[in-house]
Amino acid sequence: MSFRVHVRVMPREGLLDPQGQAVEHALGALGFADAAEVRVGRAIELEVAAPTRPEAEARVREMCDKLLANPVTEDYLLELEEA
Amino acid sequence: MLNVAVVRFPGSNCDFDALRAAELVGTNAYFAWHRDTSLRGADIVLLPGGFSYGDYLRSGAIARFSPVMQAVQHHAAEGGPVLGICNGFQILCEAHLLPGALLRNAGLSFVSKPVDVIVERTDTVFTSAYAPGSRLRLPVAHGDGRFVAAADTLRMLEAEGRVVLRYVAATESSPLQPNPNGSANHIAGICNAAGTVVGIMPHPERIAEGVLGPPDGLGFFRSLAAWQPRASTLKVPSR
Repeated sequence: MSFRVHVRVMPREGLLDPQGQAVEHALGALGFADAAEVRVGRAIELEVAAPTRPEAEARVREMCDKLLANPVTEDYLLELEEA
Repeated sequence: MLNVAVVRFPGSNCDFDALRAAELVGTNAYFAWHRDTSLRGADIVLLPGGFSYGDYLRSGAIARFSPVMQAVQHHAAEGGPVLGICNGFQILCEAHLLPGALLRNAGLSFVSKPVDVIVERTDTVFTSAYAPGSRLRLPVAHGDGRFVAAADTLRMLEAEGRVVLRYVAATESSPLQPNPNGSANHIAGICNAAGTVVGIMPHPERIAEGVLGPPDGLGFFRSLAAWQPRASTLKVPSR
């Protein structure tokens, strides 16, 4: 089976996110003063072949731990769908 | 004569400066390419500044997996000295040869200017020529220089005296803005437990000759040139 995977990598909670702050300031300047707690991360899409969904997820977690996210500063979320 | 390998990745841009500084102090310095699987008998490895692999994904993240870095990992595990400057520091963190990570500068801008730093540790391979507490003026040039680490890692680095360089607060004698990037504890450089692997954000290789100004960076290269390979039987403890 093949799975389409969406990986969302976000700066870890509590870490200074200057990009998020800059975007929040810009939104405020554009009149979106109701925007708060803006954070900027990264989205990665990929396809992975695996016999089952849990095996696909385990494989992608390994990719995240080794390369796609920095375990020191980032957290990630996965969404898998059958391709 | 000491063999010094200067590793070049696609996007390295301080490679010639590092090579020249290593030659100035009388070492046999040469380039190693990112696809090389051997460091050709290097005693010391320099990872120069630049933007390896375009800084794609995260600074240093792709370089870590290049063939030459497997050789560098092996060299470091055997107690071989490695100095990472700027992008080289980022690569060392991504490769887990040093703890922590280097994130986007707190001010978001790329910062290119001289900064004042204190040499806090002088028993490393790369800082032995400095007197403890020496104050240096070195250039920085980076967008991702904000050192971060987990709270317990920061405590460990401080407790073990592994902060090699620290940005100096502004004083009358140093009008330069301190801490150009928001680094935790004003950290500008750290080392591994053995003092053999050192990562720093400032660029000593850019200020190693008097024609460029007071050569405050030369001490890093005089230090490595004075290193005695046989004296080092230290093994880097596994993490």
